[in-house]
Amino acid sequence: MKAGQKKQVVRFSRLNRTLHVIMIISFMSLALTGMTLKFSYTGWASFLAHLLGGFESAGFIHRFAAVLMFGIFTTHIVDLFRRKKREFGTWKNLLFGPNTLLPMKQDWREFKASMKWFLNLGPRPAYGRWTYWEKFDYFAVFWGVSAIGSTGLMLWFPEFFTRFIPGSFLNVATIIHSDEALLAVGFIFTVHFFNTHLRPEKFPMDTVIFTGRIDIEEFKEERPREYEELRKSGKLDELLAEPYPDIVVRAAKIFGWTALSLGFTIILMIIYAMVFAYR
Amino acid sequence: MKLLLAKPQENEIAMNTAVISSAAVFRAFCVRRQRVRWLLLALLCTCVRALAQENSDCLDCHEDKSLTTVRDNKTISLFVDQKKFEKSVHGSLQCINCHAALAGKEMPHEVPVANVECGSCHDGEEKLQKESLHHKAMEKGDPLAPTCATCHGNHEIVKAKDKSSPVAPLNIPFLCGRCHQEGTKVSRERKIPQHKIIENFSESIHGEGLLRKGLIVAPSCASCHTSHLILPHTDSRSSISRNNIAATCTQCHAQIEQVHRKVIKGELWEKQANVLPACVDCHQPHKIRKVFYNQGMADADCMRCHQNPDLKASKDGGALFVNQAEVQHSMHQKIACSQCHSEVNASRRRACETITRKVDCASCHAEVGTQYAKSMHGVLIAKNDPNAPTCKECHGTHGVGGRRNPESPIFPTNIPDLCAKCHQEGKRAAVRYTGVEHEIVNRYTESIHGKGLIKSGLTVTATCTDCHTAHGVLPMSNDSSSVNPKNVPATCGKCHHGIQEKFLGSIHAKMVGKTDKQLPVCSDCHSAHTIRRTDIDGFKLDIMQKCGRCHPKIAATYFDTYHGKVSQLGYTKTAKCYDCHGAHDILPVSDPKSHLSHNNVVQTCQKCHPGATRRFAGYLTHATHHDPEKYPFLFWTFWGMTSLLVGTFAVFGIHTLLWLPRALKMKRERNQQRQPVARKEKS
Repeated sequence: MKAGQKKQVVRFSRLNRTLHVIMIISFMSLALTGMTLKFSYTGWASFLAHLLGGFESAGFIHRFAAVLMFGIFTTHIVDLFRRKKREFGTWKNLLFGPNTLLPMKQDWREFKASMKWFLNLGPRPAYGRWTYWEKFDYFAVFWGVSAIGSTGLMLWFPEFFTRFIPGSFLNVATIIHSDEALLAVGFIFTVHFFNTHLRPEKFPMDTVIFTGRIDIEEFKEERPREYEELRKSGKLDELLAEPYPDIVVRAAKIFGWTALSLGFTIILMIIYAMVFAYR
Repeated sequence: MKLLLAKPQENEIAMNTAVISSAAVFRAFCVRRQRVRWLLLALLCTCVRALAQENSDCLDCHEDKSLTTVRDNKTISLFVDQKKFEKSVHGSLQCINCHAALAGKEMPHEVPVANVECGSCHDGEEKLQKESLHHKAMEKGDPLAPTCATCHGNHEIVKAKDKSSPVAPLNIPFLCGRCHQEGTKVSRERKIPQHKIIENFSESIHGEGLLRKGLIVAPSCASCHTSHLILPHTDSRSSISRNNIAATCTQCHAQIEQVHRKVIKGELWEKQANVLPACVDCHQPHKIRKVFYNQGMADADCMRCHQNPDLKASKDGGALFVNQAEVQHSMHQKIACSQCHSEVNASRRRACETITRKVDCASCHAEVGTQYAKSMHGVLIAKNDPNAPTCKECHGTHGVGGRRNPESPIFPTNIPDLCAKCHQEGKRAAVRYTGVEHEIVNRYTESIHGKGLIKSGLTVTATCTDCHTAHGVLPMSNDSSSVNPKNVPATCGKCHHGIQEKFLGSIHAKMVGKTDKQLPVCSDCHSAHTIRRTDIDGFKLDIMQKCGRCHPKIAATYFDTYHGKVSQLGYTKTAKCYDCHGAHDILPVSDPKSHLSHNNVVQTCQKCHPGATRRFAGYLTHATHHDPEKYPFLFWTFWGMTSLLVGTFAVFGIHTLLWLPRALKMKRERNQQRQPVARKEKS
C-alpha cells in the first residue's frame, strides 16, 4: 500500500493545468470588474470600482482578462489540433474515442444511473474519464466564451460594430453579455465548486486541477471504469508519477482557497445585490 | 424812495398789485372790467350833472399846497397834485368815484371824510386782503397795520410795471422793508418770527437777481407771500405753510422734480408734503442760495445740544449724542440734520421740539421706501413686529455708508454677516422660519458664491441681496419675490445673462414648455444656498438625481444602460443627462434645434465617440428590458436569458441536492473502511 500511496495518477497535462490557473485569474478578474458595472447600484460595486482604481482601470482589467480568456481558448484549440496530430491521428479518433468530451450514449446511461443512485435505487455508476457534468462544464466554456466574448467585443468596439449592426443591437448585446456572465459566474461558483470541491468525498478541496495528480485509491474509487480500462490496457503505469512536494501542494491549496473564497464572496455580493438591493 | 416814504393818503383807489409776470394777466383783466364800469358811471354823471361835483370843484381847495389837517395828532397835507393825478391809473376818474361819501355834498365838505373803499371796484383784492394778517391787525385797531394806501399810495397810483410804482417788483422789498426791517416799529413791537428779512433777502439768490441784476422776474416778497392774502406760515391756507410751500416754489421752479429726482420724488411734496422736508427746511427762507444753504449753520443749531455725549432722551433715556465726525464720513455728509429729522421748526429755540415722527428715509429714498413697505421686513414692521429690521438695522444711522465703502455693513463682503445677524440658525429670523432652507449662512459660505465673495474677495459675486434684493425681500412663495420660481431665471440672469438667454429658449422655460406642470428653474438644479461649481464631480453626479425628480422613468432607464451605470459608480467620464440633452438649452428630441434631433444626434455622440455613425446613434441610451411594448426584443432577450439561467440552476440545483446525501453516505462508508487500516498503520 505504501508504494501505491506514493504513486499518483496523472490526470491533467501541465498545459491544461496552466491554462486552468490562468483561466481562474482571468475569470475572477472578469467577474469582479464586470459585476461592479452590473450591480453599480450597490455600495460594494462602487467601493470595488474605486478599489480597482476607477471605472476606467476596472474596464482595462476587464478587457485585459478578456484577452487572456481568448488566449486560453485559442491555446486550447491549438492544443487540440496538436494532440489530434500526435496522439489521435484523425479527428474521428479524437472526437469519438473512449476519452471523448463529446456527450455520448454512455453519458446518458450514466446520467440515468446517477439519478437512480441519487434516489437510492441503484449503485454508484462506474464513471469513466469524464463524467456527464464535467462534459457539461467543458462545453459551457465554449458556449460562454462565444456568447460573452462576441457580445463583449461588440461593446468594446461599438463604433466598429455599428458599421454592420444597428445601434440597438448593442442593447441586446449588453443583456446577453451581462446575463450570460451572471449565469457563468453563478454556475462556476456554486455548481462547479460543489461538483469538484465541496462534495463530501472531496471536501474541502480537490487539488487535482493544480497538481494534475490524484491518489490511485481515490482514482479507483471515483472513476472505476477508467481505472479498469487503464489497468486492462496496461497504460496505468504510464500515468503514474511521483507526488509533488508538500510545498507545491500547499501553494496549490492556498491558491485554490483564495479562488474559492473570492468566488463565494462574489456569490454573496450577487445575492445581496439581487435580493436586498435590487432596483 | 420819496414815493415809498410818502405818508399814507386817503381817497385813492388801489390798483391791482400783482407784481410777478404771471399776475399781469389778471391785472389786465381787472383794468378792462373797470373801463366798462367807468363808461357806465360817466353816463350816469351826465344825467345827474347838476348834483355832481367836477374834479375842478374839489381842486378848488385841494390844489392849495398848504391845505392840511390834523389827524391822530399829526399834521397831514391835503394837497392833490392835479398833474400827477391825471397821469395816474385813476386819472380819468372823478374824485367822487372814490370819495363816494362826498358825492352831492355841500362844498366845502365836512371832516373827517369817510375812508375810500378800494374794494368797491377791487373787490377780488379786497376779499383776499380781508383774510390777511394785515387786515386782521387793522380790525384789532393796530395803528401799525397797513391799508391799501400804505403800499399802493393814493392819488398818484401808477401801473405796477411803472418803475416808480411802490409795488413794482424792484420796489417791493423796499415797500415791505418799511415795516419788516430791523429797527422799525413793526419789528420792535410785533412778533415777527424771521429776522433780518430784508438783509437776508438781498443777499439771497432771489434778492441778488432782483436787486442787483434787475431781473424783474426774480421773486420779491409778494411772489412767495402773495400780495394781499398775507398769512403766517402756521396758517394752513398760507402760501408759505408747510403744505403749500412746494406749490409756491414750483410756480417758478417748475422743474424742481427733475432737479431733486435723485433724492426726492417731487410729486410727494404735493401729495404727502408732511413726510418730506419742505423746501424751506433745506433752502432757508430769505437766505436761499444756489446750493444747499450753508448746512453748518442749521446743523450747528442741532449740535449745540447733540454734541453732548451725555445727552439722554427725557422719554426713555436713550442716548441722543450725535458724533458729527461720523456724519462727516457718511453718505449723508452733505445732508442737513433737518432733511432727515423733518418737521423741525427753525423759529423755535429748540427747533426739534415740533418733531412728531421718526426719521422716514423714504422721504428722500422714495422708491426704496415703497419696495421696503411691500417687503417681508416692511410688512412685519407695519405690524409692529419687534424682530423685523428697519432701515437703520442694516444701514446704521448717522454713519450710514454706501455699498462701496468697505466699512459699511452693506458692502458686499459684509452682507452675509449682516443678514446672518438674524438669519443664522437660532437667531430671531431663523427661529420663525418653517421652510426647507437651513444653515443658510454656513452653506452660502461654502457655496461657489460664498467662496467667490469671502475667499476670493470678488465683490461682484452674488451676495444675499443680489438674489433676494436689498429692500424687496419676500418669501419664495410670494409671486413678487425675486426668488419665486417665476422670477428666479431673471434674478440669476442679472449676472448669468447668457445662461438666462439660453434657458429662456429651452423647454423648461415657461414660454416654450407650455404646460401646467411646474417647470424647473435655476435653483431646482443648482440649489440655492449650496450652489456649487458645475465642473466638480459632486455636482455632475448630483444633477442626474435632479433630472430624475421630474423624469423618474427616463432617469431609471438611463441607469440601466452603460452610461448610467458608470455614473452610478461615482464616475463622471461618461455621458450624463446634460452631455446629450444639453443643459440650459434643453429641448425635446422632436425639436430640430435639440442636441438629439435627427440632424444633431450623430454630432452629439461624436463628442465622446469620434467614430460614431448614424447607426451608432441608434443605441438606446434609455433602454429597459422591462417594457415589452416599447422594447420587445430587449424584453424577450432578457427573459430568454433569465429562463436559461433559471433552468440551468434548477437542473443543477436539484442534481446537487440529490447528490449530497449520497455523497455523505459514501464518505461515511469510506471512513469506516479506512479506519481499521489507519489503526493498523499506527500500531
